[in-house]
Amino acid sequence: MANPQTFQIQEISAHPGPVPGQGTQRAVQVCKYIDVTTCIGCKACEVACVEWNDHPFRETTFNDTYQTMPTTEWNYWNLIKFAEDEHDGNLMWLMRKDQCMHCEDPGCLRACPADGAIIKYENGIVDFNQNNCIGCGYCISGCPFDIPKFNPNTKKVYKCTLCSDRVGQGLEPACIKACPTGCLHFGTKDDMVQIAGLRAKQLQEHSGFAAAGVYDPPSIGGTHVIYVLHDINNPERYGLPKTPVIPPSYTYWKWLAKPTGLLLAGLGVLAVFFHRVAVGPRLAQPEDPPVVERQPDPIEAKRKEQP
Amino acid sequence: MSSSVERFDERARLEAERVGQTVVHRGELLRHPVYTRVLHWLVAISFVLSLLSGFALYSPWLFRFLTPIFGGGPMARFLHPWFGLFFTIFFFFQFLNWFAPMVWNKDDTRWLKRMKQYATNQDKMEPAEVGFFNGGQKAYFWAIVVSAVLFLITGVLMWFDDITGRWVVAVSYVVHDLAALVMLAGFIIHIYEGTAAAPGTFRAMVNGTVTQKWAWTHHPAWYQAVTGRAPHESYEREKRRQADRERALDDWERERDTPNQI
Repeated sequence: MANPQTFQIQEISAHPGPVPGQGTQRAVQVCKYIDVTTCIGCKACEVACVEWNDHPFRETTFNDTYQTMPTTEWNYWNLIKFAEDEHDGNLMWLMRKDQCMHCEDPGCLRACPADGAIIKYENGIVDFNQNNCIGCGYCISGCPFDIPKFNPNTKKVYKCTLCSDRVGQGLEPACIKACPTGCLHFGTKDDMVQIAGLRAKQLQEHSGFAAAGVYDPPSIGGTHVIYVLHDINNPERYGLPKTPVIPPSYTYWKWLAKPTGLLLAGLGVLAVFFHRVAVGPRLAQPEDPPVVERQPDPIEAKRKEQP
Repeated sequence: MSSSVERFDERARLEAERVGQTVVHRGELLRHPVYTRVLHWLVAISFVLSLLSGFALYSPWLFRFLTPIFGGGPMARFLHPWFGLFFTIFFFFQFLNWFAPMVWNKDDTRWLKRMKQYATNQDKMEPAEVGFFNGGQKAYFWAIVVSAVLFLITGVLMWFDDITGRWVVAVSYVVHDLAALVMLAGFIIHIYEGTAAAPGTFRAMVNGTVTQKWAWTHHPAWYQAVTGRAPHESYEREKRRQADRERALDDWERERDTPNQI
């Protein structure tokens, strides 16, 4: 997690009231651009990530692939995914660097019930603050990319920070610095979208990938990590969802139905209270002392006295 | 129900009666034996703990004052499933204990239909067919049974979210909330009816006894079954006694206040 003084916070998970300092500074939208077509699967980015974040070496499972481990882990945030993809009789060896996508509309932040455990900065980086994390794991089910991972020892969830600690000091993320082929780029979102667009066009016109395109899914407002894929129509070939979505339980249910339910419960308590005041209790019969005839209304009597 | 479960239920009841006791005074009836009372409060305590820690997870920004009770957010998150588990276990025993008197019948359906009259206190006494539990109490019981099952299933699915999938958690979360809202509504009414709405009810769960007057007013068929007397006759008799008492008191006062004339 970055020094809070470095970045302007845009959104805080489960936070009531205004966000401190929102919009007080100029903040450019940052973006990582990954050109999967020039990735050689060297895993330098994986090593750089482990080194910069001081992650321990962890045991892994080998399942007949070049992939370091099956999925990203709580202390392994950057993983190149290898896919042997057969399409129209052609075999392609697809490599994609998998990490947090830093969504513009982050499902993890929508799902998080803990105040300040997930923060989105003005520059688009989505960061976890483990001090505030309660370890419920809702962010894991809110994420369309299966990125946040639970650490069973600390009972906290971790994920890629887009090196917010480096970016805050004007440096590029560690993975970008390590990439030998120039497949990774880092800059403002506008610049990256433009470069990615040019690269996609180049692939279409000169490399025979007619379906090449930029992966920046609009269903979650775009992402701050974008890909150029050789086949944009089938991102599933790379293990990416075509239309990533946040479950409605973390949007409509959480922000509309839940407060409505609470409001009804509050009204129920009030209703019960006023039932006691207005209707009164059910007493064991016959009541002791016995009930007498209806008394005249004192206010009504006073009102009648005056002409 | 299997006989071993029945045997366990029977043994627990006897054991509770051996350790604890219920004192019934003249004019009172035994309503809830020791085992029922202990179970009720075990269920109640675990439910309230689940509810409070659950509120802290339901909307933490509103109930942030509740998390410190449990030692902060992570601790509330850790304890909530355990509170819930205890609630379901205790309620399971209460279910065994109360299954027989809670069986739904036609009278209960009729009771629900006249809920409006009940809520507005139109009839001072309950209709003659209302037994040990009325339709509303049975409805609350069965609502808890359904909710407890939903709580348990969805709760376990969310507890072991590393095994279950992303959408399973997302759906379970909504179902868990819905069950909680149903329970909350019932809980508010239950506390009100058990205390302020019907004085003389709360002691049934503390002392285990109620007055006979309370019994013929709120549960006439049960009163008849236990005492063998017709509730309405008992009511009329009590009314006459009340009038007699008043008259005797008046006479005595008049006698005392008049100077002796010889």
